Amino acid sequence: MDNRKLRILLRHRAAMAGLTLVVFLAVMAGIIGILSPHDPVTWRPGEQNQPPSGSHWLGTDNSGRDILTRIFFGARVSLLIGVACVAFSGAIGLPLGAAAGYLGGATDAAVSRFLDILLSFPGILLAIAIAAPLGAGLRTVILSVGIVGVPQFARQVRASVLVLREQEFVTASRALGAGRFRTLYREILPNALGPIIVVATLGVGSSILTAAGLSFIGLGVEAGTAEWGAMLHDGYVARELRKTLALYSGLAISLAVLGFNLFGDGLRDALDPRSRA
Amino acid sequence: MTAYVVRRLLFLPVVLWAVSFIVFVLMRSVPGDPATAIVGEKAPLEVRQRVRRERGFDRPILVQYGIYVVKLLHGDLGESFKHSSEKVSDQIARKLPHTIELAGAAMAIALVGGLMLGILSAVYKGRWIDYVSMTVALAGVSVPIFWLGLLLILAFESVLPISGNLNPELILDSRTGFILVDALLARNGAAFWNALQHLVLPAAALSTIPLAMTARITRSALLEVLESDYIRTARAKGASPARVVLRHALRNAAIPIVTLVGLEFGYLLGGAVLTETVFDWDGMGTYILTSVRETEYESIGGAVLVLAFMFVLVNLAVDLLYAFIDPRVRYGQSEA
Repeated sequence: MDNRKLRILLRHRAAMAGLTLVVFLAVMAGIIGILSPHDPVTWRPGEQNQPPSGSHWLGTDNSGRDILTRIFFGARVSLLIGVACVAFSGAIGLPLGAAAGYLGGATDAAVSRFLDILLSFPGILLAIAIAAPLGAGLRTVILSVGIVGVPQFARQVRASVLVLREQEFVTASRALGAGRFRTLYREILPNALGPIIVVATLGVGSSILTAAGLSFIGLGVEAGTAEWGAMLHDGYVARELRKTLALYSGLAISLAVLGFNLFGDGLRDALDPRSRA
Repeated sequence: MTAYVVRRLLFLPVVLWAVSFIVFVLMRSVPGDPATAIVGEKAPLEVRQRVRRERGFDRPILVQYGIYVVKLLHGDLGESFKHSSEKVSDQIARKLPHTIELAGAAMAIALVGGLMLGILSAVYKGRWIDYVSMTVALAGVSVPIFWLGLLLILAFESVLPISGNLNPELILDSRTGFILVDALLARNGAAFWNALQHLVLPAAALSTIPLAMTARITRSALLEVLESDYIRTARAKGASPARVVLRHALRNAAIPIVTLVGLEFGYLLGGAVLTETVFDWDGMGTYILTSVRETEYESIGGAVLVLAFMFVLVNLAVDLLYAFIDPRVRYGQSEA
């Protein structure tokens, strides 16, 4: 990213607000163990469902655990899930899209049809269909949500590569004797990085949202894990007792997703001046 | 045009086949023995063996796939295990109209609200109304639908019904399966009113994401069109600002908006699953949730398959409509 683009990004108020949100949650996720005297996992039978107080700012849940502490520990789990899902989507989507765009012909046709078929499923439904037989668990979440995100990556990479491969510097690289793989890897992909970063940033947000949805219907992380979707579900089931749990875990999901969406939109504006409204 | 339509229609069976193949593979990806997964590990050996025989799990996987396809072609999606072997297709036939009703209501709210917000932001670009609508739109795509549902419940639980589709004491003959339509056919005003009240909160929750998406795309499509020469001409001719926006600009901004509707329908079907679980709406979502809890894989597979088929058909309809509106698409020129 050159200086001009960086300046646009730094001046983009919405993007900076998004980045602040994300950084705040990430930092809190990192240091919550030091800040909070409470344990996010251990059951405390005598301290269940307490209202907010000096020692428990948001009260406790039905296992006597401090809600605020669990929310920030939840940031750890949810942010990690978001990033892991995107890494998974990218690991499959990038090579698929690059191959389709660069090789064209039958490869492109096959990859594109495959992506069309993945896109025939509404996202959360595909995630449910993948997760249901596998059973709840962190690996299930990353696998199912990750697969749902593959088409976004692959399509973006394919589109960028299609444009870039016709550029003169690519012809120059080939003329200088570079092989097809080297040209793709050294010349084309680095130039396609901008849109890929945008897709990845927005992807973290939507992955957190889909993963929370899976957890909410009981196909997410193992029961008891401090994860936002699961906490929201716990709070929802006992609506009367634990309004705060449901309210704040949902708020946490919304803020995190909003943060990634704002920052992603800002990145897109900075990297691609044409898309700016 | 004809060639394009024919090509799309010929490709349709291939897509439907691929979707059904994926569903078959996923539902058989249960770790371990599929019969045990259905009846549970505590079931006696005889039960497990009986289920394995009855469901054909003891036969080669290719034979199983063949049976699945033949049954599917007859509209047979298998049987529920825990509910006295009721046909999955019968269960889905009961639930699906309720989900379509919910998704339809949400779509109506999303289109009306989204167009209004989008038009207002485009016309008053850079003013406070633009900032407010775009903030609402951005929040709309960031908030988990089930959380929003919960907020709506907390806010309106004293005014509106928060669970189910219809009060149980209001009995309706199911003629079409659509509650509102059935109530109208039965000339039952009380039931219609009650069903409508039940619909408000879930439909409002479900409509947020498509509403936000519609608002954003309407704004950007309108902004693009409003810069063009013919808008300036229309203004110069003395057309009123409202007429310029609604008649001249909106028509030409319609293409991206129409395309988005197909995409939004997928969000609605997926989102309905989550929304229904919050509001105990007796549709496909609650059905999937129950099936997940009861490890009824044929029910999950059947429900996912039916919803995906619907999504494919709606997208096809939208694409064909799109080709009808925009001649460039017919010849594949917009293919990236």
